[in-house]
Amino acid sequence: MDSTQTFQVFNRGPSPAARLVFFAVLSVLLMFVDARFHYLESTRSFLSVLVSPVQRLATLPYILSQAAGDFFVTQSSLLEEKKALERQHGLDAVQLVQHQSLLQENLQLRNLIALQQRNQFTGQFAEIVYAERDVFSRKVLINKGSAANLQAGQVVMDDKGIVGQITRVFPWLSEVTLITEKDHAVPVQVLRNGLRSVAFGAGDISQLSLRYMPVSSDIQNGDILVTSGIDGLYPPGIPVAKVEKIERDAAYPFARISCLPLGGVDKYRQLLVLSAMPKQPDRPESEPVPAKLKSRKAGIH
Amino acid sequence: MPYIDQQPEILRPVSTLFIVTSIVSALLLNALPWEGLWLVLRPDFVAVVLLYWCTHKPLRVGVGLSWAIGILADVGDASLFGQHALSYTVLAFGGVVLSRRLRMFDLREQTTQVFVILLSTYAVYAVVHWQVNGQIVWEYFLGCLTSTLLWIPISFMFQSMRQMRVDRE
Repeated sequence: MDSTQTFQVFNRGPSPAARLVFFAVLSVLLMFVDARFHYLESTRSFLSVLVSPVQRLATLPYILSQAAGDFFVTQSSLLEEKKALERQHGLDAVQLVQHQSLLQENLQLRNLIALQQRNQFTGQFAEIVYAERDVFSRKVLINKGSAANLQAGQVVMDDKGIVGQITRVFPWLSEVTLITEKDHAVPVQVLRNGLRSVAFGAGDISQLSLRYMPVSSDIQNGDILVTSGIDGLYPPGIPVAKVEKIERDAAYPFARISCLPLGGVDKYRQLLVLSAMPKQPDRPESEPVPAKLKSRKAGIH
Repeated sequence: MPYIDQQPEILRPVSTLFIVTSIVSALLLNALPWEGLWLVLRPDFVAVVLLYWCTHKPLRVGVGLSWAIGILADVGDASLFGQHALSYTVLAFGGVVLSRRLRMFDLREQTTQVFVILLSTYAVYAVVHWQVNGQIVWEYFLGCLTSTLLWIPISFMFQSMRQMRVDRE
């Protein structure tokens, strides 16, 4: 019944099925190329020039309503916002001033410490770079090494007391063995009465112990231990530890004495490395000298 | 190109402007900021309008134009290049092939046929989505139902608009 049927036959061109196949293949190809190679971004951006006006027109009512809403913001809400911002600004300003004053104070303290330390012992500041990850070895690495003239054996302290001793030197790093390292020994003296002893690291987190002290020795809780300077390695008179607990058991010849280090052995980052002490004359070979214990020797064996 | 539809009413030849305007408005309606459930239930205006023209003017609007519109829809939706194009190609093919049969039916009977065509269109789109993203969103097929429902007002409106022009003259 279609009057244009015969007319169409000559004008149609490819059949709908042929067109379907052609355009379907074209679409699949496009999809493949788009998904895999992303070659079509420029085509997409070109075509978006055609589409974007339509899109913009479609979103126009929404945007207009938003703009209108923004325009008719009430004065009270603006005032409230302003007040809140002012309050926040005040708080921030106070904090800023505090921060600045703290910065200033910190700088001054650092200078003071450096000055004070330098009057007594020459030394240089270093910072802990990282602590060793081994639980059983109490060692840290500091950021100065042989490039800064550090040598193994130099003493490391902070503003409160001895922290440790340099045991290995790398060009830009040094390994510091903390005094709490197991069996690390520091020759000490009780500040109260001058009693000499050796403080050993207990290998614990933060403990030292005095070994080989007779049960009868005059030592009390709260006694301050300072370096005796006997070994010629540690300068004399630097605080080391404080006696915390004394167990006197008559069954054993020695008292069990545990102490807490005074220096921030595992607290701070800034440390002072003391310069090496002048060499002392060597100890005579065979003579037994019980008081002059070589610190490292006693510890290692 | 004078072309008289074999319909009970005598309809005026459709101007190119009318077709273009209708398709652009459909793109515009698709591009409205639909959200959430409304986006799921949103009929595919472009698909319905294209199907109308494919069934009623298969010589003016066919597979090629539908493909091109699909490409534009892909750009607008930022979907895979050719995803809409492929599904609209299938839609146009269904519309063109079934055009003569559809025009013999009344609106109610047309709706069942249109539903099948739209379902295949949606299925093509969903299959491509599944191939690329690895999942089928079944809610997506709800749009197929609303699109089918939209067929009735759309064809009624277009038909009456073409009718009115005759009356005015």
